[in-house]
Amino acid sequence: MATSMLSKPLSESGALVERHWQELSARRRMYTALGVALLAFTLFASLWFANASNAGKFFDRLPHLFDFFGDLMPRELMEIPRALFDLPSPYNDGSFKYNYPDGRLYLTDGIYVPEYFHKMLETVNIAIFSTAIGAFFGFILCFVAARNLMPNPWIRGAARRMMEVLRAFPEVVIAGFFLAILSLGPIPAIAAVSIHTIGALGKMFFEVVENADMKPEEGLRAVGGNWLERVWFGIVPQVLPNFTSYFLLRLEINVRASTIIGAVGGGGIGELLRLSIGQNHPAKTLAIVMLLLTTIIAVDQFSAWLRRRLAGDQAFAFDR
Amino acid sequence: MIASTKPSVLEMEAIAARHPHLLRSSSEKRLKPLLIGIGVVAYLVFSWWFFSIGHVLATANWGIAGTYLADWVSYEIRPDIEIAPDGAMSVSYQRNSPLGKNPAPKWVSLERHTVTRTIELPAADKVEKPKANSSFSFMAPRAALGKTAEPAPRPTLNQSRTEEIVTRAVVIYDRLTRIEVADKLVTASHAGETFRMTVDGGAAVTPLGPLPQWATQKRPGEKIILSFGLTGWAEVEGDEVSIRNRFFGWANFLFDANSPFFGKSYGEVASLMLFGERIDPHRSNLALAWNNILYNAEWQHLDVWTKLLQTIVMAFVGTLFASLAAFPLCFLAARNITPSGIANQAIKRFFDFLRSVDMFIWALFFTRAFGPGPLAGISAIFFTDTGTLGKLYSEALENIDDKQREGVKSVGAAPIAVQRFGVLPQVLPVFASQALYFWESNTRSATIIGAVGAGGIGLKLWEAMRTNSDWENVAYMVLLILMVVFIFDSISNACRSRLMGRKVQ
Repeated sequence: MATSMLSKPLSESGALVERHWQELSARRRMYTALGVALLAFTLFASLWFANASNAGKFFDRLPHLFDFFGDLMPRELMEIPRALFDLPSPYNDGSFKYNYPDGRLYLTDGIYVPEYFHKMLETVNIAIFSTAIGAFFGFILCFVAARNLMPNPWIRGAARRMMEVLRAFPEVVIAGFFLAILSLGPIPAIAAVSIHTIGALGKMFFEVVENADMKPEEGLRAVGGNWLERVWFGIVPQVLPNFTSYFLLRLEINVRASTIIGAVGGGGIGELLRLSIGQNHPAKTLAIVMLLLTTIIAVDQFSAWLRRRLAGDQAFAFDR
Repeated sequence: MIASTKPSVLEMEAIAARHPHLLRSSSEKRLKPLLIGIGVVAYLVFSWWFFSIGHVLATANWGIAGTYLADWVSYEIRPDIEIAPDGAMSVSYQRNSPLGKNPAPKWVSLERHTVTRTIELPAADKVEKPKANSSFSFMAPRAALGKTAEPAPRPTLNQSRTEEIVTRAVVIYDRLTRIEVADKLVTASHAGETFRMTVDGGAAVTPLGPLPQWATQKRPGEKIILSFGLTGWAEVEGDEVSIRNRFFGWANFLFDANSPFFGKSYGEVASLMLFGERIDPHRSNLALAWNNILYNAEWQHLDVWTKLLQTIVMAFVGTLFASLAAFPLCFLAARNITPSGIANQAIKRFFDFLRSVDMFIWALFFTRAFGPGPLAGISAIFFTDTGTLGKLYSEALENIDDKQREGVKSVGAAPIAVQRFGVLPQVLPVFASQALYFWESNTRSATIIGAVGAGGIGLKLWEAMRTNSDWENVAYMVLLILMVVFIFDSISNACRSRLMGRKVQ
């Protein structure tokens, strides 16, 4: 565009170049427009499909979107801490809705743990435990899957495919399968979350290993170290900080994941939240949401702080 | 490292005496991994107790696990051979048997005779007797249904009538395994061993000779369970031999038993479709076949595909809207683009809020608002990912190279033009790549929020699993999901590597 503003007419070759440039940019604009049109078409088709196959229609439901907040209003604000700490409610009419002290878990005669704290602890513990299991197996697998440590493409490929399948396998199915065998409880959730974690962390880990400095490994090879010694003394010390921070990052994700799995039958706070929303218990719902929000933020902050301390300011890829 | 020459022993001792902390502090360092190890072990022990893992694993029914897993890729045909006290037999199949309405498989051979027999007053205990059994209780629903196929209402008085009965039934599982029932004698052979037992047409089963390894009887007289491994199993009760013959594969994957194309070979179906006479006068055979496939009662192909498409749509629309919403907001959140600290912090905390209220909570909330379906899923993904993408985008903006921006600014460009030509070219590939990454990962997570009611295949999966009898449908859906995830994975990876490749780092 700048060339066309020049007062002097262009030479013949200059005009050719300009024409080419104009053609190229026109073509590029056309491609962009086509891409945007395609995207818009797909988007509108998708939206139509989503709306058509939804139970309530978007524009019918939109005015009622905030009705839910009305439903969510407890009878008085103090009901929320009462529900949270399992204190008796003045509205208690014997129904499940207001019977907060029912869920108390007594440690001794006088001291009790409120139900939601107990369940939240359970959910967080599911996350920690399954992240630990996942990290353990991911740690073992990642060295086998890394190009620089495993020259055999078949073993490497097998390890990678295995991690891919573990990662992509729907967690609901794993949880459901173990639920059928083990009946209700936290173990199906642990199984589901840790199997997914093996795949996800294994991938992160082997990428770190592939970027590791190979000089210590070479030194160990020169003095005759075997494969295990080379990995343990040459690679592990340099990747451990990164591994730890990926572990913590995964922990944040797994706290959320174990909440969801809980809602589909894995125990913990997720199930209580689903039930209390479904049964329209406003004070309980708000109490759980607040507890969950606080816990997630606390875990995120703690993990971010620890990561900074351990690995310094490094950029990390997000993954779920 | 610093000293190039090796110090003598004396010198080293002198150094050690001068700087004892250099050598001694290492013991503390050596203790640290040990302490961490002890901590981890203590935590694992605590969790073992907290979740009572040992107890749960010990009480779990692992026998069922194998059967469930086998159900993923195989199915059972279940003829029940009922034995009356006089030795007359009748054979019935489970309702909705994969073999159709009048099953007569080749591996069951029956000898029939027409006899006149006296039917005794039906004993009350016979009717009450539960057919379901403890160790294989997951089959109870279907086994119970099989009961409806029993012969007509019993007469209340002794009555003699003439009817066709089965006198001898031979069931051949495979080369090595067969069961023969005749004259109230059940002969089972498996792996070269032959085992006989007598039944009395009432409640008692008596083994003749010692039980082989593959047969179990809890108490004398009670039912005997014969397990033949992967080929199936059988249960011998006093008045009934329940055959469970397992076949590899997915039964009736294309046409269900009600379809006119059922039970035909591929060649027959193809010729019927192309050249055959119209089965339904209103449409061609091809259209009928396609319709029969789509509405296959057992596999519900159309429904599964629709739900899968919903999941894909949820991830696509949710991520697209999230990146569109995060795009303008991230410019406000980036501290080098918008100099106002209040605006930066407000938008960043807003992103944090969206992210921390988990996708799960959003999903529950919008399921209440819009009703179950993909709209709830789209909204949940949109809200969560606006937060996550906004955070990532604003971080990308804060890391840009300032030189381009200054260059554009120095020639007197308007603020919008500065962003357009100085900032956008640097970050657009990063933005697009991150959006693609989230599109791909949301395809995975959309499955699970579906299970709490937010639409898509998640709920269908969950319902298929809850009955514990449709594991083959679960396998089918899992296979479809894995395929979709892998396809999108490679599309997104290819796009991302092209995008990032063009960026000069």
